[in-house]
Amino acid sequence: MRFIDEYRDARAARRYARALARLTTRPWTIMEICGGQTHTIVKFGIDELLPPEITLVHGPGCPVCVTPIELIDKAIDIASRPDVIFCSFGDMLRVPGTEKDLLTVKAHGGDVRIVYSPLDALELAKQNPHKDVVFFAVGFETTAPANAMAVFQAHRQGVDNFFLLVSHVLVPPAMEAILSSPHNRVQGFLAAGHVCTVMGYTEYEPIARTYQVPIVVTGFEPLDILQGVYMCIKQLEEGRAEVENQYTRSVRRRGNPSAQQLIREVFQVVSRKWRGVGEIPRSGLGLREKYAQFDAERRFGVAHSTIEEPAECMSGLILQGAMSPHQCPAFGTRCTPEHPLGAPMVSSEGACAAYYRYRRSPVDTP
Amino acid sequence: MESERDFTPQCPIPLTEYPHILLAHGGGGELMHHLIEKMFLPAFRNALLDAQHDGAVLDLEGIRLAFTTDSYVVHPLVFPGGTIGDLAINGTVNDLAMCGARPLFLSAGFILEEGLPMETLWHIVQSMQRAAERAKVQLVTGDTKVVDKGKGDGLFINTTGIGIIEHNCLIAPHRVQPGDAILLNGDIGRHGIAIMAVREGLAFESPIESDTAPLADLVLQLLQAGIDVHCLRDLTRGGLASALNEIARAGGVHIHIEESAIPVCEDVRGACEILGLDPLYVANEGRLVAFIGPTDVERVLTIMRAHPLGADARLIGRVTDDDPGLVTMTSAIGARRVVDMLSGEQLPRIC
Repeated sequence: MRFIDEYRDARAARRYARALARLTTRPWTIMEICGGQTHTIVKFGIDELLPPEITLVHGPGCPVCVTPIELIDKAIDIASRPDVIFCSFGDMLRVPGTEKDLLTVKAHGGDVRIVYSPLDALELAKQNPHKDVVFFAVGFETTAPANAMAVFQAHRQGVDNFFLLVSHVLVPPAMEAILSSPHNRVQGFLAAGHVCTVMGYTEYEPIARTYQVPIVVTGFEPLDILQGVYMCIKQLEEGRAEVENQYTRSVRRRGNPSAQQLIREVFQVVSRKWRGVGEIPRSGLGLREKYAQFDAERRFGVAHSTIEEPAECMSGLILQGAMSPHQCPAFGTRCTPEHPLGAPMVSSEGACAAYYRYRRSPVDTP
Repeated sequence: MESERDFTPQCPIPLTEYPHILLAHGGGGELMHHLIEKMFLPAFRNALLDAQHDGAVLDLEGIRLAFTTDSYVVHPLVFPGGTIGDLAINGTVNDLAMCGARPLFLSAGFILEEGLPMETLWHIVQSMQRAAERAKVQLVTGDTKVVDKGKGDGLFINTTGIGIIEHNCLIAPHRVQPGDAILLNGDIGRHGIAIMAVREGLAFESPIESDTAPLADLVLQLLQAGIDVHCLRDLTRGGLASALNEIARAGGVHIHIEESAIPVCEDVRGACEILGLDPLYVANEGRLVAFIGPTDVERVLTIMRAHPLGADARLIGRVTDDDPGLVTMTSAIGARRVVDMLSGEQLPRIC
């Protein structure tokens, strides 16, 4: 298939692997930000092709994984109410809240639906004027423009039964949180290509300078990732710390200005709690006052509550790259996709689920 | 009190885990297997059921019959390439074929929802009639029930089938052995994507059609050629990955496949890329895997490729004794990974 097979070519992959082996002179640790990249790495076994000096650690870029448990509980509360159609991307339905998940709400008769776009949810709202249609707006900068567009359109068309339960988070504050941590071992980043398609990469330039880390904007196919790793290692070996763009077929330095404008119109930067990590200042998006009537938390008055994560779940350390899924004592025993303790075991972008699915035991790790 | 509690049968699936049935309990993945292994098998235990094959093989004074049943609840009732009626015939015919049987007789139970358009029912009945003719089976008994509006999804169909086994070849997971070759009769994922495209309103340049087809003729040709077929499995819900995992577990063997050897048509690959699905787990209705000895590979491929339902047949992998119960795959870029049984339903990703 065009635009896919070219980036999965086994011979080109081996050439990159050999070039990396020649380039690498000492141990380096690189973090790929995005869960989609983690998925590609584990699914295609890219880490098996790397020289042993290079360690890839998996980053916090799984929107399902970092959505705090309180918000899952709020979603469950709203979805359980009569006269509500609760719409979500499929991944969110299995994430455990304190007591249950959204699939269980559906099994009990709640009207929970999988949609592929927030505009589908808006359409449902127009078709069902006597119901409240709520869309669970999770994700990084990638999904923000579409969610902003749904609210913008609802406002313009005067749709008053459409609401967003917002849990948007931003990549740069999370990178800074990781780099400022005393446990940090990340020496270079593969930045998420889709996020940068929207936002560009100017906001990463001060991070690269301040923390002296190379940042390579990277795509999602196996050869994208190998090339991204190559560019990052090359910078490390040469003592440079710059922002470079591997994903040139999608990303421009200034990103997509129309999408950014729409995000700014509808959302403002707020502090957000990240599941397993805690609150990071100015690390998320919330609806602006002008669009407050579309805020599901206001509409349904779900109380603010703080809930303890299951103590056994190490998702915080895993999302910060401080621990690998295999090192978690619950991995594959008390925590499986059927009985997840935390979100990283649920989402297809979660590091634990990727390891469980593609690499069951440490024996399978090279 | 103490003794009374001792004799109270406990539900084998702890209620704290799953107090209610979820859709995934019927999805062909891990949860459905829990249900079967923990509730149904212990409750109805007998030697025929314990074989856990697609159908039961009955020995009636020297005459060997295959016996199977299946229910069809697909929505939409009519989709590109077929109807629920085609599936109801082909699905049960295929379960019989996987036992190596020649399908003979089918029953059909119709559960109709009040308000179902008569024209829709007629269209589906006609497609069943054509499918039965094609598969050379007769529909010899049936039942009709109507439920209140809102208590059914238009139409559910159950079919039960009987077929005769006219050879001495034993086809079962426990006959799979290290060294066996694994053959697939064509490209995967078309049925699941055809259904999903209709449900989700995805449009393609040319619509992806379901692969629904009766596989009995193809299987009988292999058996009539004297091929010692060790095991057969049709790929339905849960796709190729689930079928291979079932056989790896039931047969206590390690299965290794090559990603580059598995045909997936362009449109299905495209749809899977867009939706974030893995074609290995997408449903099929006209595909099977055959486990055969290594020396039979060329003969089987020749027979399959001469048949309309096997034109794109491939050798996709081998059985080994490395890691019993496990399925692994060499990825497109040449690294090895586990191919797991699907847990729950395959859900589309966020981004």
